[in-house]
Amino acid sequence: MNEHVTMDAPRLSVPDRAISSARMKVERAAWAARYYRNFSREAVLAIAEAVARAGYEKAGHFADLAVAETGFGVVEHKKIKNELCTHELLDYYRDMDLVTPRIDKERKIVELPKPAGVVFALAPATNPVATVYYKAMLAILSRNAIVISPHPVAKSVSAAAARLLAEAAEAAGAPSGLIQCVEEPSIPLVQDIMSSDRINVIVATGGTAMVRAAYSSGNPALGVGPGNAVAYVDTTARADAAARCLVESKSFDNSILCTNESVVLTLDQNRGNMERALRTAGAHVCNEADTDRLRDYLFGGHGINLEAIGKSAAWIAERAGIRVSPSAKILVPVVATPGQDDFLFREKLCPVLTLTSAVDFQQALTFAKHTARRGAGHSAAFHGEDTARLVRYSQEMPVYRVVVNAPCSQGAAGFATYLPPSFTIGTGFAGRSSIGENLGPHHLVQWTRIAYGKEVPADLHEIDLSTVSSDRSAPRDLAVATPPAGREPSGFSRDDLRQLILEELRSLNGAGK
Amino acid sequence: MFNYGYFAFDSKEDLLRKAAEFWNPGKVNFWTEAGTPMVIDRREGYFLYDMTGKRLIDLHLNGGTYNFGHRHPELVEVLKSGLDYFDMGNHWFPSVARAAFAEKLVQTAPHMKYAIFGAGGAEAVEIALKTARYATKRKKIVSIIKGYHGHSGLSVATGDERFSKIFLSDRPDEFIHVPFNDADALEDVLKKGDVAAFIIETIPATYGFPLPKDGYLKACQDLCRKYGTKFIADEVQTGLMRTGVMWGWQGYGLTPDIFVCGKGLGGGIYPISACLVNEECGGWLVEDGAAHISTSGGAELGCLVGHHVLEMLQRPEVISNVHFVAEFFAQGMAEMMRRHSDVFVGVRQRGVVLGLEFDHPEGAVAVSRALYENGVWAIFSSLDKRVLQFKPGVVLDVDLCQEILDRFDAAMPRARQLLKSGRRAA
Repeated sequence: MNEHVTMDAPRLSVPDRAISSARMKVERAAWAARYYRNFSREAVLAIAEAVARAGYEKAGHFADLAVAETGFGVVEHKKIKNELCTHELLDYYRDMDLVTPRIDKERKIVELPKPAGVVFALAPATNPVATVYYKAMLAILSRNAIVISPHPVAKSVSAAAARLLAEAAEAAGAPSGLIQCVEEPSIPLVQDIMSSDRINVIVATGGTAMVRAAYSSGNPALGVGPGNAVAYVDTTARADAAARCLVESKSFDNSILCTNESVVLTLDQNRGNMERALRTAGAHVCNEADTDRLRDYLFGGHGINLEAIGKSAAWIAERAGIRVSPSAKILVPVVATPGQDDFLFREKLCPVLTLTSAVDFQQALTFAKHTARRGAGHSAAFHGEDTARLVRYSQEMPVYRVVVNAPCSQGAAGFATYLPPSFTIGTGFAGRSSIGENLGPHHLVQWTRIAYGKEVPADLHEIDLSTVSSDRSAPRDLAVATPPAGREPSGFSRDDLRQLILEELRSLNGAGK
Repeated sequence: MFNYGYFAFDSKEDLLRKAAEFWNPGKVNFWTEAGTPMVIDRREGYFLYDMTGKRLIDLHLNGGTYNFGHRHPELVEVLKSGLDYFDMGNHWFPSVARAAFAEKLVQTAPHMKYAIFGAGGAEAVEIALKTARYATKRKKIVSIIKGYHGHSGLSVATGDERFSKIFLSDRPDEFIHVPFNDADALEDVLKKGDVAAFIIETIPATYGFPLPKDGYLKACQDLCRKYGTKFIADEVQTGLMRTGVMWGWQGYGLTPDIFVCGKGLGGGIYPISACLVNEECGGWLVEDGAAHISTSGGAELGCLVGHHVLEMLQRPEVISNVHFVAEFFAQGMAEMMRRHSDVFVGVRQRGVVLGLEFDHPEGAVAVSRALYENGVWAIFSSLDKRVLQFKPGVVLDVDLCQEILDRFDAAMPRARQLLKSGRRAA
């Protein structure tokens, strides 16, 4: 310090309060996890229901706030995504029992579920609230505590959403601190917590750099990579239906999902047909000059122009200097030759879908493979009826999801298909990730396997597993922090009674002095 | 060889020899004979390391001084940053750190008006007693039997005669002692109308944390009001979230006229204490602000650290952690008592202030030793050696809490053995 300090700059250096608080949140989560890991299945489901209900009610409110805060996406679409992460997500996993021990009498194996403990989750700017909802629900169902670090541009809405869920969870009997959100996220903070030995697993959804950092942290991590989905429209496809899927998918939430199609690929003989179908479905198909303008606007600098992310087609067209009908839902630049070097073949988190065509299926396959490498391990779409080509396509493509005859945005994320609903899309080994599936609560639980010798007797009929998960055992004093939701049945549990007896003994001892 | 750069010792034995020769032979011998001959070398978090390298989990915390653990990195950062700008400061002049800290303290207790600083708890008590005398123009001070409020001139006279008689500092005519948890006894003394103050620790620490009976403290405060006596809450061990709220008196629905705090206020890295007074009692600060002067009381570095200590204690994460730790040991100690009911007979607890009762006049001395052998440092109560002071820190984590409980369980057979041999000797 010296006399040259400016008027407003602090004269003393101040510790980073946000990092310090985040570390304390992790400790608090560890306490919550300690109690929550023993909760019964009924108690877990009751908390999940309460959280789903609370989240659903405020889905629209937070969709509003998210778009206002980040400038990304479409309010009504965000509302749908938020809603999907409540009752629908819970319904999907309701029957996945991650609480009750499993007994395999044949193989003489008993399995006991062991939750991870403290989950540290990164949430992106693109789907802030849906990701908070989704990851919190996964944590609840897997009996883990979670600390969420939102993207800085979405920090307020993320924190508000997390607070709402936390309150609902606590009111339903969850230990305090089960769901927490960092209020002031920063890169040093995320690095500090990610490398902390106080967390048990990282669930990273976000940019490549952040995901790689998660894997390098020294902690177990479940990360995802970027996507760059190719939709192949075969000649056997019904062009109009395919075009409707594509337009619906690309315009959904202004294409902010990483599962959205980036390139639509067909065969030369079918290209005119697709242009017509896309136009009919509400797309603006660009001429050569418009295509060049769009390329210059989106990729004129280094990488994609960030201001275009999550904006509407009309907004982008205006910025790029293209005249379009105000009702245009998406923009379709056309690149006649499927060379892999055109910038327009890169990932575009905005309603811009590049159309190209190959001379034959073999060339299409080769091109699709190369394009998908930019978003390796992610998703692709196939439109058509030729199952032989579908299998070849799926076999060759370095992706772990191929959505058939459905919008890829919603399909790969499990909302228009029977895939698990997810906002964390595992990009697997191809995408340098540890899981290739859609992330689910089962990824946050591991099992202790009790295995008898093959030849020794194992009386598994008599085995008592009642101590593995007990009735809710949250400390009662803590539940007082938020008003109970009137769910606690009257009468005493065995724990209560034991506590009372001990207290009585204690007072007797005290009286003797 | 223990080379500290500025000084060096060949061995722990060498240090003990020199400590006995130049410092305090009585204390050196006492701890050696007690079987807990600790000489703290390194310290970090809630861990202490003896010169032998033995690691101990600190549940003594010097009465809450190490509420946040030893050398909490954030507090160390604050003090270091303060050293780039401040020093102790000039006690005659207004100062930024003192004004800011005083304001922050007063905000924690809105019925208070001023914060007056000292360097240690005894000094704060001294200020409190002088303030009460000023406000009432009376001299007598009442405290509880086996009370403890420090070792300075006035404060030592309020406490047990063990600490006053040896220095001929007991003053039975001015300092009257009444039994704890007996409001009638207090009234008998107060009703003469000549008592300036009744001072009491919200939970008497050195007495082994006996809990005040329901309504006792409130009755004492009401009696004080009735007879024009100032009610002084000594919050040195019960303040700073240790009972689950910022100040222990808040939890008992009290509004003391004066209260004192110290220990953890300086984060264990810079000594500071404070006496908070209401407007009426603080009249002397208007009449003659220099009536009490303290060169190191309210040192600016201490104010800076104290300011940050309060800020940290007010964080929702810390408040939540305190409740988790308190609840963990409530459940854990109930379980321990069930498992070791032959020796372990009672738990006194409020927040993270615990007194564990053992069924032997020197029970806590044996348990302290057994815990020490098992890597935990917790001290017995000086004035009731049946009771072990068990004082977990406010930011203890779940794993360490479990480890403490496991070590406690493991230490009980040894404690039993020590008690049996003790009984025979007795």
